[in-house]
Amino acid sequence: MSPNLRIAFRFLTAKKRAMLMSLSCTVLGVGLFIVTQATTSGFEDFFVRTLLGTDGAMRIEDRKQSTLQSMEAAGGSGSHILQREGVKYIEGVEEPLLVKAAVRNFANVRGVSAVLRGNVQVTSPFKTEDAQIFGIKLDEHRLVSELERKITTPGGLGKFLESTSGVLVGRVLADRLQLSVNDSIVVNARGESRRYHVAAIYETGVRDIDKTRIYLDLGEARSLLRKPTGATFVQISLHEPKRAREEAAHMEDVLGHSVRPWQEREKEWLSVFRALKVSSAITVTVFTLIASLAMFNTLAMIVLEKTKDIAILRSMGYERRDITQIFLWQAAIVLAVGAVLGGLFGAAVTWGVSMVPLPINTLFKTETFIVSWSAWHYVQAIATAVVMVMIASLVPARRAARLEPGDIVRGTAQ
Amino acid sequence: MSNKSPTNPPARAPAGPAPLAGDFALRCTGLQRYLGQGEGRVHVLKGVSFEARRGQVYAIVGPSGCGKSTLLYLLGLLDQPDGGEIEINGQRMSNNDDLARTAARGAHIGFVFQFHFLMLEFTALENVMMPMRKLGRLPPPEMEARARMLLDSVGLGAKTHRLGTQLSGGEQQRVAVARALANQPSIILADEPTGNLDVKNSALVFDLLTRLAKDNGQAVILVTHNPEIAQRCDVTRPMRDGLFV
Repeated sequence: MSPNLRIAFRFLTAKKRAMLMSLSCTVLGVGLFIVTQATTSGFEDFFVRTLLGTDGAMRIEDRKQSTLQSMEAAGGSGSHILQREGVKYIEGVEEPLLVKAAVRNFANVRGVSAVLRGNVQVTSPFKTEDAQIFGIKLDEHRLVSELERKITTPGGLGKFLESTSGVLVGRVLADRLQLSVNDSIVVNARGESRRYHVAAIYETGVRDIDKTRIYLDLGEARSLLRKPTGATFVQISLHEPKRAREEAAHMEDVLGHSVRPWQEREKEWLSVFRALKVSSAITVTVFTLIASLAMFNTLAMIVLEKTKDIAILRSMGYERRDITQIFLWQAAIVLAVGAVLGGLFGAAVTWGVSMVPLPINTLFKTETFIVSWSAWHYVQAIATAVVMVMIASLVPARRAARLEPGDIVRGTAQ
Repeated sequence: MSNKSPTNPPARAPAGPAPLAGDFALRCTGLQRYLGQGEGRVHVLKGVSFEARRGQVYAIVGPSGCGKSTLLYLLGLLDQPDGGEIEINGQRMSNNDDLARTAARGAHIGFVFQFHFLMLEFTALENVMMPMRKLGRLPPPEMEARARMLLDSVGLGAKTHRLGTQLSGGEQQRVAVARALANQPSIILADEPTGNLDVKNSALVFDLLTRLAKDNGQAVILVTHNPEIAQRCDVTRPMRDGLFV
């Protein structure tokens, strides 16, 4: 152990009460930082996971067409000048096969699925409800959504694969129509009614999806909706969903279709989470400020009480740098212990919070408080505490180093 | 032996053969020091010159406020003079930066203060080892052996593991003496080393200081109000109003 560390340790342990005070503040600061991050990003991460698992990272929706304005050239020459006026969007994807083939060339693309959507009415023996048919090729759609994992009825997707007359019905819609697996429903689209059976019931947790969507085989959907070609949109999943914006911009240029990344699609909700993040950042900054103020207070007190010892050390050949180090070591010891205990405290409280019952079934589905377990939160909490506490400790440490031993011994130290 | 020096400078050498230049552990000339600021500024030292030979014990005496302690702190490089020169073992130190003066303090100077100035959270042994740990000349086992030897020589061999708070005033001062000798400095500076002790402990500490210093060929300079202690020093230098008289 270095002499400076040894001295720092003794100084600190001699002031047990003050040390425990600043240690508690550091533990609280680090711990609450972790808890706040875990709870705030828990809901956001879950929301993002849910929306990526249902609607994918991107959607190619409409074809873009530049519109031109023509002006007759002056002088009656008869020639016309064409000028780009704007962009016209033509609804849907006319050539989904070509688009899918082009999209698959992007390295970040994990899966591509063409979807045909149409409004229908669904009738059960109990009642009739409005709904939306989503025509999909299950093999493709498995790669762009977590539909398979969202099936809540026994048998999974087996019955859906067996027959084209099987449909997947959302949990809320199934409850409203009082449907179970194998029950029949009549789907009415464009004046034509067809009978299907419920192959499985899914539950994404997003109420708007679970109360309206009925998944059907794409071929059957084309027949029902009388759209033999094209698709309403092409859903895409990415290996790195965070890069969806960049990929979308690139795809728009290449494909000539509008491409909406999930960040744009869900920007309203994401802005709510961003506001929550700012709010929690303010809270955690206050926590760490309290910890650093406690450290400042403790060290300032120790400097005041240890001026005589500082003079002794300086008279024995200890340099100003040593004195600074002794006081910074004290902060470092408190920080190290505080970081470990704070991490454990944060983890324990995070676990406790994750057990709190909190049924939500609107934006997403959960029964308990959602937390996010990320090592990054611990790194952030400790790094913030290190920066703030060390900055707060520098002031008393430098003050201690500036003390003139002669002034201390003479009793005139300021 | 007591020598009264009426002139300033130079310091009067003790009786015996004329000293060689290399015999002087410490030499200062024309030291000036002001303390305070503005209207409260006082000219404390008015051109003091002084020399100290190895193996000799010097007493600086005088009334309170005459500048004895200020001179001692300047000689110990704890403070910087406003004018004049200080040489430690032939090296000019007064104009050096803080780092060089600190290094010189660690290597060449041992301090004994009036109020013991032990670090109370540490044991007697740790207090004595502290300057050695900073200097780093010896490996840790040798540091500990030397600290034990020094504590033994001041009669505290059985109390090496007692904290400063568990020692009496006299014992604390003896630990301070052992600590001052830890790095085998060529100069021991003592500010009223017996000022806070009873007669018995005063004699004990003074005897220790002088015996150990003489054994090791160290120059001892002590500031004292105690005439009996001053009488027993090799050289006595009275001060008044910032000058040796």
